[in-house]
Amino acid sequence: MKRLIAALAAGAIFGAGLALSGMADPQRVRAFLDLFGAWDPTLAFVMGGALAPMAIAWAIQRRLTRPLLADAFDLPPTRGIDVPLAAGAVIFGIGWGISGLCPGPAIAGLALAPGQAIVAVAAMGAGMVLHRLTSR
Amino acid sequence: MIAAFPEAMPVEGLLGGLLIGLSAAIMLLGNGRIAGVSGLAARATGLGSGSAPRGMAAAFILGLPLGAAVMALLLGGVEIRYPASIWPIVVGGLLVGYGTRLGSGCTSGHGVCGMSRLSLRSITATLLFMASGIATVALIRAGGLL
Repeated sequence: MKRLIAALAAGAIFGAGLALSGMADPQRVRAFLDLFGAWDPTLAFVMGGALAPMAIAWAIQRRLTRPLLADAFDLPPTRGIDVPLAAGAVIFGIGWGISGLCPGPAIAGLALAPGQAIVAVAAMGAGMVLHRLTSR
Repeated sequence: MIAAFPEAMPVEGLLGGLLIGLSAAIMLLGNGRIAGVSGLAARATGLGSGSAPRGMAAAFILGLPLGAAVMALLLGGVEIRYPASIWPIVVGGLLVGYGTRLGSGCTSGHGVCGMSRLSLRSITATLLFMASGIATVALIRAGGLL
């Protein structure tokens, strides 16, 4: 139960951060990628603001034997760059550039612009289904 | 510097970013997991085979619109500008969904959590999706569509 509440709170804080920072706005996100046009550096400030507390969190994590609310850390590998990683990142970037959307803002957007966000979330879900169907 | 970019929101960006980092720190230090939205969304819907408990993934995903709604209320509304046509949303969304599963992460998992961990995989992924996003927008602009 504590873990569920922590996850819900973390999700809500994340969503609040997206809304405050302008990252729930696809046009602002895409403007960050528009390096050769009307560039908007806001996303770089968001990334900097997010990386700082997380760098501290990783330093704390290295001193802990287990997380505060769970039995063990369950973390993905950091090494081993392979074709799926690179190809997936490039494909994601193309979609990100076309739409200005990535998963967090699209899902948070369900509360802010539901009519358009539902289309974005459904399309992302379909893309995830496609990956699942083709990766077995 | 900011005078050159009248649209930029450095203060809101930094503060919002701090909230996002705090959220990821709660997931890491509390639950022992990466706050990666694409992975948690796939897990919550049963589309991903990750090891996160499904309820925990669903709780995080449910929190995203809740927190966004509360912040929008506090601010008296936030600006949301989607593409005017539905096609960039559909095509972009499909590529984002497929690509983030194939590449094991998105802006949150690779960008925020992985880069701050100095993960080689995440730094590579982030550089690649930033570069391909910038190239895509540049091509759209060159094609006169922006």
